[in-house]
Amino acid sequence: MSGQQAPVLRLEGIVKTFPGVRALDGVSFSVQPGEVHALMGENGAGKSTLMKVLGGIHQPDEGRILIDEKPVVMASPLDAKAKGIVFIHQELSLARELSVAENVFLGELPRKAFGLVDWKKLNDDCAAILEKLRVRFTPQTRVGDLSIANQQMVEIARALVHEAKAVIFDEPTASLTDAEKVVLFDVIADLKTHGVGIIYISHRMEEIFRITDRISVLRDGTYRGTLVTAETTEEEITQQMIGRKLDLTRNIRPVETGDVALEVRGLACGDLFQDISFKVHKGEVVGFYGLVGAGRTEIAETLFGLRTPTAGSIHLDGNEVTIESPVDAIRLGISLVPENRKEQGLVLSMNCRDNMTLPQVDDLTAGPFVSDGAEVAIFDQYRDRLDIKTPGWRQLAGNLSGGNQQKIVIGKWLSMKPEVLIVDEPTRGIDVGSKSEIHNLIRDLAAHGYAVIVISSEMPEVLHVSDRVIAMYSGRITKEFTAAEITEDKLIQAISGLNGSSGKDAA
Amino acid sequence: MDNAKLKNRLKYGAIWGFIAFELIFFTVAGEYLSLSDKVFLDLDNMMLLFKQSAPIGIIALGMTIIMINGNIDLSVGATFALSAIVLLDSMTWPVFAGLGDWVIPVSWLLALLTGVVLGAVNGLIVWKTGVDAFIVTLGSMLGYRGLVFMYHGEQPTSHLNWTLVDFAEASFLGIHTPTWFLLAVAVAMWFLMTRTVHGRNAYAVGDNREAAVNAGIRVGPHILVNFMLIGFLAALSAVVFYSESGSVNPNDGELYELWAITAVVLGGTKLTGGSGSIVSTFGGVIAIQLLRKGLGHIGADTETVNLVIGVILIAVLFLDRQLNIKGREELKT
Repeated sequence: MSGQQAPVLRLEGIVKTFPGVRALDGVSFSVQPGEVHALMGENGAGKSTLMKVLGGIHQPDEGRILIDEKPVVMASPLDAKAKGIVFIHQELSLARELSVAENVFLGELPRKAFGLVDWKKLNDDCAAILEKLRVRFTPQTRVGDLSIANQQMVEIARALVHEAKAVIFDEPTASLTDAEKVVLFDVIADLKTHGVGIIYISHRMEEIFRITDRISVLRDGTYRGTLVTAETTEEEITQQMIGRKLDLTRNIRPVETGDVALEVRGLACGDLFQDISFKVHKGEVVGFYGLVGAGRTEIAETLFGLRTPTAGSIHLDGNEVTIESPVDAIRLGISLVPENRKEQGLVLSMNCRDNMTLPQVDDLTAGPFVSDGAEVAIFDQYRDRLDIKTPGWRQLAGNLSGGNQQKIVIGKWLSMKPEVLIVDEPTRGIDVGSKSEIHNLIRDLAAHGYAVIVISSEMPEVLHVSDRVIAMYSGRITKEFTAAEITEDKLIQAISGLNGSSGKDAA
Repeated sequence: MDNAKLKNRLKYGAIWGFIAFELIFFTVAGEYLSLSDKVFLDLDNMMLLFKQSAPIGIIALGMTIIMINGNIDLSVGATFALSAIVLLDSMTWPVFAGLGDWVIPVSWLLALLTGVVLGAVNGLIVWKTGVDAFIVTLGSMLGYRGLVFMYHGEQPTSHLNWTLVDFAEASFLGIHTPTWFLLAVAVAMWFLMTRTVHGRNAYAVGDNREAAVNAGIRVGPHILVNFMLIGFLAALSAVVFYSESGSVNPNDGELYELWAITAVVLGGTKLTGGSGSIVSTFGGVIAIQLLRKGLGHIGADTETVNLVIGVILIAVLFLDRQLNIKGREELKT
């Protein structure tokens, strides 16, 4: 451990607040030259905000960033790049029509006279970088023709053009195969030997233990401490990540064996998910837990007719059904409260009532006209039932708080009298108070006999609302727990691809 | 990966296949349907075709870089007309009375300058206000056309300079003057888009604007330059065309923007920007002119021509969409 050396990058007491949220509360840690430093925390723990502060997208309210022990201000992403902070994003930012070399040197193509591109120098310089990365494509390859993994290599090549002080990898292996991972880890090892500091963000424990030197943990925007990888265990990390204070009252009640409302057998959709089988009983909440990209949302979309399954069958009340579109799903009694409320769930510029009655407005007519009375009646009914706080039905959906918006969406689907209600990330972007309200609402719906599926990336939420939890990793179900047998450690392991759990990475 | 290459070749090669199809179709159909005895693939006929392609072709080549940027310019037709008025009218201005035939280059410069200024106005508004280029140039299309009408009301602006007409009607090496201009612009634009930093940046800006900004490309000035360039080319198109005709009607150049965009899109440039090629746009220009001439050759009237081109355009975009959807799904997996 190079503990004596001056850190290349140091964060001191970074605070960042957004209206209503203290996203970062005094985060401090440092990265040594040649160190791979993992940054871990649950979704929403503040990792992305911290990286945005470091990348010049947000300015910190308090605290300092130091590079080589000199305080700096990251005014913009470009500024951060100029100061030697390089990001390898999950979402790639490449120009697909241009060649690899042009992308690597984007914005600084070597010029000859008259603004001509110096192709020879460009391709030679790029080839030198690609050689370091030991990739198989040439500088002349069109980026759009490369696989995602190779496109990521192009991003990494970009980081090598300039003397990078610190390179930040954000979930870099999310779309890589095992072989590609090995190459990536070699590249990281190579960067290490050149004294670059590396921040490595990942949920995958196996990777953390394989390549990192130290681990800093964030929880709820606060810094929980830094562990030395060689001296710690998964349990310790998990404990730091979850802590105790978030321990919501666990929901353990006798599992009621109502009739099976929904059964899925061997469902698959291309590479997105495979071999998915589960049952949901009436009056039961089943939680789906896994990392982003594990295939949970895609399953919901398939059940709602937005994707066509490539294998398997769906049964409702014991009868096999075919769901080809949302229209089919709604007719069969399946409703989906989507992940992204503002983009997929609501028409923000429409009022509350019209949003709520949107799927059934065809049926609320008097002669050729939409019946105002019938619409208002439905709105009133669900406003009271869900306790939606709005001055009146004329209020635009966009003006409501996140919690009330979510209730409008839930009300919309309840008014369709579904049997199966799928709720994807029910409390994303909703403040803590409204969260528990939504949780209670979900419990209450189950008590009234609905079969409810809750997809969530927040462990406390899953533990709080679910009767059973299905853990997913990389497109497969790795484990199913009843509320009584579940522990946080077991759940974390089941979604991290550890313990020989199946998944395409293990294949 | 071979699949992707094939797709690319298909995308940019399709237009040439279409041209070959047109040539064969009109030659064969002409045997039975044509009212004249002349064969379709006659050299003079083809030379004329290039000449007639020049006005819209020159504009379409400029439109390519605008659309690769992810923008659009609807005001080119009005810019074309206004530049033409400046060209013809300035030759009669008393200030230039003593110049004799030297007034020609002066008027040319004035006309070209008009185009550059009008383009710069578009570019500056797009850059500084951030309003979508579609809206900005829709406004300037109306505004510039208004200026055209303010000049002489409904009256045409005419001036015939015989030296100029001789030059415009001349041909060198068997190729007409307007065709030379078209070819020169095509080569220059091809060079710009494939060999210069500015041209390569144009793809990056259209493909992934955020990446371009983050890479330090100054996107605003870049866009401004491109609007000035297309203004210049619209004016050049006017210079080439009106040197010969000598008379501008206030309605001239209307719908040119749509013909130019049609040619660019037929050539495979995406409306959303980021991809496209000058060579393919050139193919698109030729394909449209072939279609117009060919349908005329077999006795169809103008209305039919427009109907057929409209249908083909939609068919092309549909095919392009199918290809792109496939490509994207490959990516996801």
